[in-house]
Amino acid sequence: MIGAFRTPSGGRIDRARPLRFSFDGRVHHGAAGDTLASALLANGVHLVGRSFKYHRRRGILGAAAEEPNALVTVTRDAARSTPNLRATQVELFQGLRADSQNRWPSLDHDASAVANLLAPLLPAGFYYKTFKFPAWAWRRLYEPAIRAAAGLGRAPAHPDPDRYAQRYAHCDVLVVGAGPAGLAAATLAAESGARVILCDEQAEMGGSLLAESAATIDGRPAQGWLAATLAALARHPRVTLLARTTAFGCFAGNMVALDERVTDHLAAPTPGLPRQRLWLVRARQVVVAAGALERPLVFPHNDRPGIMLADAARTYLMRYGVRVGRRAVVATAHDSAYDAALALHAAGVAIAAIADQRPTPGAAAERVRAAGIAVRSGCVVATTGGRQRVAWAGLMPAGGGATEPVPCDTLLICGGWTPSVHLVSQARGALRFAPETQAFVPDRPVPGQHPAGACRGVFGLAAALADGAAAGEAASRATGHGGARPWRGAVSGDTAWTGGGAPGLAPGVGAGRAFVDFQNDVTAKDVQLATREGFRAIEHVKRYTTAGMATDQGKTANLNTLGIAAAALARPMAEVGLTTFRMPYTPVPFGSLAGAARGDLLDPVRRTPLHDRAAALGAVFEDVGQWRRARFFPRSGEDMAAAVARECRAVRTGAGLFDASTLGKIEVAGPDAARFLDRFYASAVAALPTGRCRYAVLCREDGFIMDDGIIARLAADRFHVTTTTGGAARVLAMMEDYLQTEWPELEAWVTSVTEQWAVLAVQGPRARAVLAPLVDGVDLGTFVHMRMAEGRVAGAPARLMRVSFTGETGFEVNVPADFGPAVWDATLAAGQAHGLTPYGTEAMHVLRAEKGYIVVGQDTDGTVTPDDAGLGWTVGRAKADFVGRRSLARAAMAAPGRRQLVGLLTEDGMRTLEEGAQLVADPHEGPPMRVLGHVSSAYHSATLGHPIALALLTDGRARTGERLFVAMPEGAVPVRVTSPVFYDPEGARLHG
Amino acid sequence: MLLIDCPYCGPRPEIEFTYGGEAHRARPADPAALSDEEWAGYLYLRRNPKGRHAERWRHAHGCGRFFNALRDTVSDAFLATYRVNETPPPPTIGPEAAA
Ligand SMILES: [Zn+2]
Repeated sequence: MIGAFRTPSGGRIDRARPLRFSFDGRVHHGAAGDTLASALLANGVHLVGRSFKYHRRRGILGAAAEEPNALVTVTRDAARSTPNLRATQVELFQGLRADSQNRWPSLDHDASAVANLLAPLLPAGFYYKTFKFPAWAWRRLYEPAIRAAAGLGRAPAHPDPDRYAQRYAHCDVLVVGAGPAGLAAATLAAESGARVILCDEQAEMGGSLLAESAATIDGRPAQGWLAATLAALARHPRVTLLARTTAFGCFAGNMVALDERVTDHLAAPTPGLPRQRLWLVRARQVVVAAGALERPLVFPHNDRPGIMLADAARTYLMRYGVRVGRRAVVATAHDSAYDAALALHAAGVAIAAIADQRPTPGAAAERVRAAGIAVRSGCVVATTGGRQRVAWAGLMPAGGGATEPVPCDTLLICGGWTPSVHLVSQARGALRFAPETQAFVPDRPVPGQHPAGACRGVFGLAAALADGAAAGEAASRATGHGGARPWRGAVSGDTAWTGGGAPGLAPGVGAGRAFVDFQNDVTAKDVQLATREGFRAIEHVKRYTTAGMATDQGKTANLNTLGIAAAALARPMAEVGLTTFRMPYTPVPFGSLAGAARGDLLDPVRRTPLHDRAAALGAVFEDVGQWRRARFFPRSGEDMAAAVARECRAVRTGAGLFDASTLGKIEVAGPDAARFLDRFYASAVAALPTGRCRYAVLCREDGFIMDDGIIARLAADRFHVTTTTGGAARVLAMMEDYLQTEWPELEAWVTSVTEQWAVLAVQGPRARAVLAPLVDGVDLGTFVHMRMAEGRVAGAPARLMRVSFTGETGFEVNVPADFGPAVWDATLAAGQAHGLTPYGTEAMHVLRAEKGYIVVGQDTDGTVTPDDAGLGWTVGRAKADFVGRRSLARAAMAAPGRRQLVGLLTEDGMRTLEEGAQLVADPHEGPPMRVLGHVSSAYHSATLGHPIALALLTDGRARTGERLFVAMPEGAVPVRVTSPVFYDPEGARLHG
Repeated sequence: MLLIDCPYCGPRPEIEFTYGGEAHRARPADPAALSDEEWAGYLYLRRNPKGRHAERWRHAHGCGRFFNALRDTVSDAFLATYRVNETPPPPTIGPEAAA
């Protein structure tokens, strides 16, 4: 039994393949080819949800993407639970489990339905008005309560276990929508030689043809023509067919995003296949054949279960073999509902009456009357009744009068058709209001885009086919193809519509509980209220009432909202205008957008060649940009403070080993390499002898510090340049910029070699003793501070530098990355006798701060000159020009009042300051307090036995010795301004 | 996503490129000879036009080369791209001039 309301034959479902499914725990049966909605209707289930705000009972309204009410959660397991799916787009499969939403404890008995009784207290904007006082209550009371009550489905609590794929594709012509217009366009474009992608959101391609019975195309029944056309396209080598694929966004340059649902419709998803696939299609031309959506009529209580769009009812009958009721009233403002009435009548559904709000219905009315159905012209639905489902429709003369209740179990409504112009609008295409169809249609064409068929207001099978063919021809011609046979496609049996359908409130009916936006529970009265409260722009009406802001983005609501607002404002609809369409057309899972970029693949992690060695020693790592750096190496029982203190002491008294491989490294080569670096860095480089290193500061052209590092001269025409870890890519890009665009005459080339070298820093009074047995080819006896040489270390080819970021005797051993681990092992072994201790970034920071060495970006902030940072001595003042020189020559750069780098010592010698804390002269000064600067680095120094801090302080150097205050969370902390160099100010240890 | 025609590589998606600001602003040969006002003008003042804009782009995730482009800041359409040592195409270039 596949449903009591199933017809014995007809439609595209397979009655021989019944499928079991459950809805709210109750088991039903449908058939292969059903959607969840058609299967529920076949079983007589109309009540499928509770509304968002008032918790009113709601039924299935539509048959496709426009569905606002029938939102369900489909659950496979605890992690695979997808909320807010439209039942009209969920394909039935064996064992499907679906549940309704927004109700507790059950659909029939919903505790929150009391909201419906309170409706007069909940008008548009009620949360702005009602929950204002007292002020504290919003955060603690109102907002939590509203958040608990609001919302639709629930996201699963577990991580998404499914896989999602993404791919780029290119084609000459992308056709969106495989209805008559899209099929004709794809066929012509393919035949003329274009590469074509044809996508359609439904499981089966064909659009309106899937529910077509009367018409013939080229002498064949429409569905036969459809099968032959699809088979021909599928065979065509230049055509890609994508069913179950929604074109949800259109971006610049005809980049169209498609979401393909690959396995959602399978009872047992095929292992190895992604759940969904995101296509980014770069199309030379796009044919938009997205069709049109039927619009509801707006009248009081138009939202009971059993009230359904007329053409949706026809679709359920013709495509799924489902009668949506036994006795229907049809209310319409458009000819198309007559086709539905005739089809249902022929299938045995009693049509109690047709109420057409137009005074003179179109020719369709005569055909219906001939079939014995009563047509009441100039007649509207004033209200409806019924509890679980509509039981009667109150018919009233349009404009007002007596209401006659007509019993029915189904009320079919049709307010006209809204072209789906979403992709046109997203591509910045202008829209115009077409009075003859009462619809917004594309105006001037967007370059590279061809709207066709119903989405541009061309209705009727013959017209849509011809329009699609013309669009396909134009699109393929624009890509340099052409010469397809002319479109024939003779159509007979097509019923013509003469239109109608004025969006808005049905004439003469009330506005209360006349729903415009079903999903967000917005009534005509709310829209009228918004205009009375002064909202005149449609975008403001939308935001105030929330009409059109639900997950369906107002597919059935926007035009009616506009019609009601325009009537209330007494302005034409064309003038009031339409709200902007935004992607996605229908909701797209985050998984699909993220694709593989999740977890470890969200952002690449850079590990140094020595990472595994540090990990083996139990290092605790920290993220520094994309790098993962060893922060400290705790021994058993040590916390971070203890480990860092031990590591610092080891470097100051013996020797430490540090992985400095993350330093940016750039090799600069060429006959003009020295000239280039001399112009580029603020420091003088040209005269640096081969075999020497120099500390160099890089300024931006505005004179402020951008980066710093060591420049080592390998040869007359070759330099090894280091940058900060975070600045490597920036500095390289800036070098390229100057070389390519400002100084193209310089023969110098720059290459990033950051990942080519592993860098081991050996630092401390015993550093030389540690390295001596390992070094080959370099005389360490004469290898003084700031020397560099090439030789071998532990057998590996090495660039050895005598540099220090600790203030101790220091070496940096650069070896090719692959040699790194072996050299690390050899160095640790050789260092054992000297107490060589691995140390991490935290100890490195303490050690450098004790020496007043800055970290660019921590102790500088983009407004700090070399002189401000105490680095004036590094600037090559004799140079005629370098990047930043002219700006540094400005008077303001030397004027009093600049913030300068200083040291701070707390008076109590106990508290470590917070980085970022503000410096003031008088903590009791009233607001606004004058801020003199801020703390940029602060650590506890184990070597000195007290905390130290670096700060940027207004006229800082002149304040040495002054007592100031640092604003800390617990209160003002008195500090003394000192030199930034806390340890070994003479620098004697560097040369040990 | 914009499609940008690198003069060295051909059309590539926007994500391969970085923006480099207004084009045809040569660094003064002798900055020291400039007044503060002139230097500030070079450093900070940009045209920011509504419509045709000559600007620098770098094919950072491709050939790495800087080049210039004419872009319409209203429609976001690229009217032309050209190498740094080439003069900008005449104002008649581009689909809008042709239309
Ligand atoms: Zn390139």
